[in-house]
Amino acid sequence: MLEINNLHVNVGETEILKGLNLKINAGEVHAIMGPNGAGKSTLSYVLSGRVGYEVTKGSIIYQGKNLLDMEPEKRAGEGIFLAFQYPVEIPGVSTMNFLKAAVNSVRKYRGKKEFDAMEFLKFVREQTKILNISDDMLKRAVNVGFSGGEKKRAEVLQMAVLDPILAVLDETDSGLDVDALRIVGEGVTALRSSERSMLVITHYQRLLDYIVPDVVHVLASGKIVDTGDKNLALELEKNGYETYSEAAA
Amino acid sequence: MVAVKETLDQVQTVEKYKFGFVTDIEVDQAPKGLNEDIIRFISKKKDEPSWLLDWRLKAYEHWLGMEEPDWAKVGYPKIDYQDAFYYSAPKSGDDGPETLDDVDPEILETYKKLGIPLHEQEVLAGVKNVAVDAVFDSVSVATTFKEALSKEGIIFCPISEAVKEYPELVRKYLGSVVPYSDNFFATLNSAVFTDGSFVYIPKGVDCPMELSTYFRINASNTGQFERTLIIADEGSKVSYLEGCTAPMRDENQLHAAVVELVLLDDADIKYSTVQNWYPGDENGVGGIYNFVTKRAACRGKNSKVSWTQVETGSAITWKYPSCILQGDNSVGEFYSVAITNNCQQADTGTKMIHLGKNTSSKIIAKGISAGRSQSTYRGLVKMMPKAEEARNYTQCDSLLIGKKCGAHTVPYIESRNQSAKVEHEATTSKIADDQLFYCRQRGISEEDAVALIVNGFCRDVLQELPMEFAVEAQKLVGISLEGSVG
Repeated sequence: MLEINNLHVNVGETEILKGLNLKINAGEVHAIMGPNGAGKSTLSYVLSGRVGYEVTKGSIIYQGKNLLDMEPEKRAGEGIFLAFQYPVEIPGVSTMNFLKAAVNSVRKYRGKKEFDAMEFLKFVREQTKILNISDDMLKRAVNVGFSGGEKKRAEVLQMAVLDPILAVLDETDSGLDVDALRIVGEGVTALRSSERSMLVITHYQRLLDYIVPDVVHVLASGKIVDTGDKNLALELEKNGYETYSEAAA
Repeated sequence: MVAVKETLDQVQTVEKYKFGFVTDIEVDQAPKGLNEDIIRFISKKKDEPSWLLDWRLKAYEHWLGMEEPDWAKVGYPKIDYQDAFYYSAPKSGDDGPETLDDVDPEILETYKKLGIPLHEQEVLAGVKNVAVDAVFDSVSVATTFKEALSKEGIIFCPISEAVKEYPELVRKYLGSVVPYSDNFFATLNSAVFTDGSFVYIPKGVDCPMELSTYFRINASNTGQFERTLIIADEGSKVSYLEGCTAPMRDENQLHAAVVELVLLDDADIKYSTVQNWYPGDENGVGGIYNFVTKRAACRGKNSKVSWTQVETGSAITWKYPSCILQGDNSVGEFYSVAITNNCQQADTGTKMIHLGKNTSSKIIAKGISAGRSQSTYRGLVKMMPKAEEARNYTQCDSLLIGKKCGAHTVPYIESRNQSAKVEHEATTSKIADDQLFYCRQRGISEEDAVALIVNGFCRDVLQELPMEFAVEAQKLVGISLEGSVG
């Protein structure tokens, strides 16, 4: 489904990813853990096509296609979704309108009929309950004045309505209290399916109590330095990243 | 490959001004140039009474001694006022058309293409009950729903007709808000105005439908000088809309209009404009020079006027719809969105002159600049000595798209009353890369993302438009900014 080979990425003059390899099969949930500055967020931006992240070497093959050739909106159409660590505010644009514009763009790309306003309302309401999102929140401008928990719940709602094939969650647990963490974790888990893969990027193990991964990788100094099952995350929690940092250096 | 095809189609449509076609009809034109004879010619064509001809000639004489203003932040080559036609009308016998059957089918076709219904059974963009006055170059070609309105005592007709049918009203109010000596362009308009709309809403009448005027410049090398006069008598209420388009031509054309609104006690006028004159091409060739004077006089107590404008067209916009708040407790509002792209220049804003007690005004101005365009908000809030407890709130926000455009805010505040309150807020921002990326990651194309973000930015203003027009205006916002990123 996703195959990353020997990926080197520069941000400005600095090389951040230094030969990263990763393979994810359909339906698998992979977690990437690592210390700050290891290149975790860079990986999420390279996958989603953000400008300023220059691939100098290596390849990313997604569903048999060269992902690096595609514009961000095309990647979204092809099923790549990024839950942002810091969701962006768009003043004056209601969350509902934004969701509708996004969903209809993606549906159009996928050759499906676009929703009209009534159909869309019904479609969204099916998804809002589980995430405890009120109609009032949908009326508010995108992320403007949202609490940390509201922002992350809104990200998961977007993920649900955009029906991705590969969802990348970048530090989705940051800024969440225990209750919000549980709601978000359960929301994401409800979206697991045999056709949907996930890449969960996190610094801490606690999110993985709710989103239990099939595979755990350790990213340090721009490379995957260790791979294991969910127990690896628990070990990291106990021992920290120090050994890896030394190994990579 | 579908996406590739779509991209190609999109590239084809970008920068296309969809109203840029020309209607090929026979016209009746005055000789080129401007002099007393031309003014007499226009006045004679309109079969005007002598007082009006005298008024025009006085204005012309005054104009000859005036200097073209140069204080606005707009640059353009000197206009040769002798190198233009001041009267151009579709040929149709001696008088204007009596019924739609007398209107040249080519003109009817033009309005059809523009989506403006001239048959009363048709509806405008899904809106029922809109009465339309259609002004084509120098004359009004059709006014709909006149009879239905007259049952309520409402007068809605071309101003040239009002001069003949309701001379007392016209004579009493014409030039009473914008005198013939007001400013260079308004004075020129007073001398050569050709047509426009006249509205009178009688005492206590709430106008049952939206009134609208649709201006179309068609003839080449021709100026359009329309004059609109709206009188809202005591306790009356009306919502009025105007729209404008012009063909794509590579010469600049002058549009110098005057709009006067008169409000008596407890009257309420909502005046909305969607201005989409041809803006010129991406290199700044062609486009309309839009020099317009609009002013409302709130003469009566508790009267309220609200200007809403969406300015997306014209090579140059020079326009300051103003409110003279004379009646106690009167209210003036100005909501504006001005979008400039490519080489467009806009210098627009408002004047709020507080004369009466407890008068209040509100200004919400949003400027969006893209390409190499320049956009200026220029506004004056003046609290006169008797304006006890008067208050103003002004908010000016500018949004920049790209690195070569400019936004400027020039607020003037004069307060001569200790109890008056004036508040001013201003912001300048850019469409942030992270906003664009966030939208694109959600599958929204860059163009659509810009339109979405800009519409969000303009929301406070767009929601003041009558609902159906707000939808049209939202689309127009997107179209105006096509090609502004990437």
